[in-house]
Amino acid sequence: MSAMNVVVCVKQIPEGDQATYKLDPGTHTLVRDGKLILDDSDSYGVEMGLQLAEQAGGGEVTLVSMAPNSETSGLRTALAMGAAKAILVSDPALAGTDALGTAKVLAAAIKRAEPDLILTATESSDGYTGTLPVQVAELLGLPAVTFAKKVTVSEGKVSVERQTEEGYDEVEVPLPAVISVTAGVVEPRYPSFKGIMAAKGKPVDEVTVADLGLDAGAVGFAGAGQEITAVTPAEARKAGEIVVDDGEGYQQIVAYLERIKVI
Amino acid sequence: MALNTIWVVADRSGDKVATVAFELLTKARQIAGTVEAITWGDASAIAAPVGAHGATALHTVGDLGGGLPGPAVAAAIAAKISAGGAPDAIFIAQSYNGRDIAGRLSARIDRPVLTNIVDIGEGDGGLVSEHAIFGGTEILNARFTSGGPGIYVIRAKSFAAEESGGGPAAVDIWEVPDLGAVGAARVLASHVEETSGPKLDEAAIVVSGGRGLGEAAGYKLIEDLAKLLKGAPGASRAIVDAGWVPYSHQVGQTGKTVKPTVYIACGISGATQHMVGMKSAKNIIAINKDQEAPIFSIADLGVVGDVKKVLPQLIEALQSRS
Repeated sequence: MSAMNVVVCVKQIPEGDQATYKLDPGTHTLVRDGKLILDDSDSYGVEMGLQLAEQAGGGEVTLVSMAPNSETSGLRTALAMGAAKAILVSDPALAGTDALGTAKVLAAAIKRAEPDLILTATESSDGYTGTLPVQVAELLGLPAVTFAKKVTVSEGKVSVERQTEEGYDEVEVPLPAVISVTAGVVEPRYPSFKGIMAAKGKPVDEVTVADLGLDAGAVGFAGAGQEITAVTPAEARKAGEIVVDDGEGYQQIVAYLERIKVI
Repeated sequence: MALNTIWVVADRSGDKVATVAFELLTKARQIAGTVEAITWGDASAIAAPVGAHGATALHTVGDLGGGLPGPAVAAAIAAKISAGGAPDAIFIAQSYNGRDIAGRLSARIDRPVLTNIVDIGEGDGGLVSEHAIFGGTEILNARFTSGGPGIYVIRAKSFAAEESGGGPAAVDIWEVPDLGAVGAARVLASHVEETSGPKLDEAAIVVSGGRGLGEAAGYKLIEDLAKLLKGAPGASRAIVDAGWVPYSHQVGQTGKTVKPTVYIACGISGATQHMVGMKSAKNIIAINKDQEAPIFSIADLGVVGDVKKVLPQLIEALQSRS
């Protein structure tokens, strides 16, 4: 089999989760001043890429990411898992970039790596817009298969089990292609100590928006073409009665179901 | 009305129209004077229900020839827009195919997208969308700032579907331009993971299981309880990712949005990803070992206990009644 070069798009997001995230009251963007980590959703793509390169008996995984501030801590995690190198588009002009702007930046960076296959998560865990994989594919003029729960490659073709509302489809697509993978497509490895040490010396090619030949007006707040007009607290749903099960807790549920006339 | 025309992408569910399409059509006709629907495959059989929900025209890109809907539908819409027939807005469901269509279309016509919309209405200077963020604890409003048709990607169950009394929509074919490489993916086979009983997103009662069940075999308790209550079994993302149950069972941000009369969360801690898909249930009952689990903050009845003990007792009690 021939070598398989895979680009995995990864995002570095704030630690914590939706319950702990905060929006900047001025810009309405997610506050990112704490430590940034590799989005857990992306670890599946990294693992998938590593396995496909290993199965092909050659080739490597290149990470592609963007950040406004040279942040690499999340990239180091993916490099420690085994990715060979990273392209980080870092530019202050990127603050406030929307999904389409992000796709333009990532597509331009991906072109530099000339991959056989591009893997992404289905959506990020902080912004979860969920359109980026296909926007990247369209900009690169490539086919895409989204929501892959199983991926196998043979003879220049990718076979994918793609989730649907009712079950799944078997989809086949020629390389190169963009595939978005769900959590659960593979079990991500933990970085080994050796991997963590090796990651420190792996190349991270830092490029700017101008280096990619993109107009700064197409990215950032200026290029976003959309704005947040208000953020308000949602009406909180009140907690009801909480009982500790003493062996008879089920009777409370029976009584509740009776009360609302479900049984 | 502030808007003249809205196009609604009518998602398919097998040969039929997906329910979410009726929800979007209902909302669209409240906002715009003219509503037209766009679909794929054979459209003649669905012209009546689509028309009955307010669309006067139903455009289809025709048979996909084994291709995925995303590239074909997006290219056909983009071609119509570049030919000068742009609508004021395009409504697309936040479904697997809907996201593909929206993403492709966005890049093709170089227009941004707003996704995960839960409500939409007229505001200052055009449409303002509403998004439930941070697990639904905050409401974010957004709008497009540049011209051209806005692409709005809307979550299922955001609006009630109501018929308008309209006759069948007029069907015509929208030609798909040559797709080249972007249309190269082929669907070889479709598998339906049948569940007996009502559909998850339409059931009046949903019983969902999570990690607290301990192991994949524990999910049988969820299926048994759902069957007894004539409801549908659901699941948290954690156990879907772990491979215990198929993805079609998942409730939450990336799964299905449900709005049942009763939602029973069993061994589910209540990650924001899950809550966003079920917090609109009329009644929420939660069983969880951890008294601090976030799910209890939105439950009408919370039982702090082990689902592996409580569920068998509950199932036995319900069986003895019938």
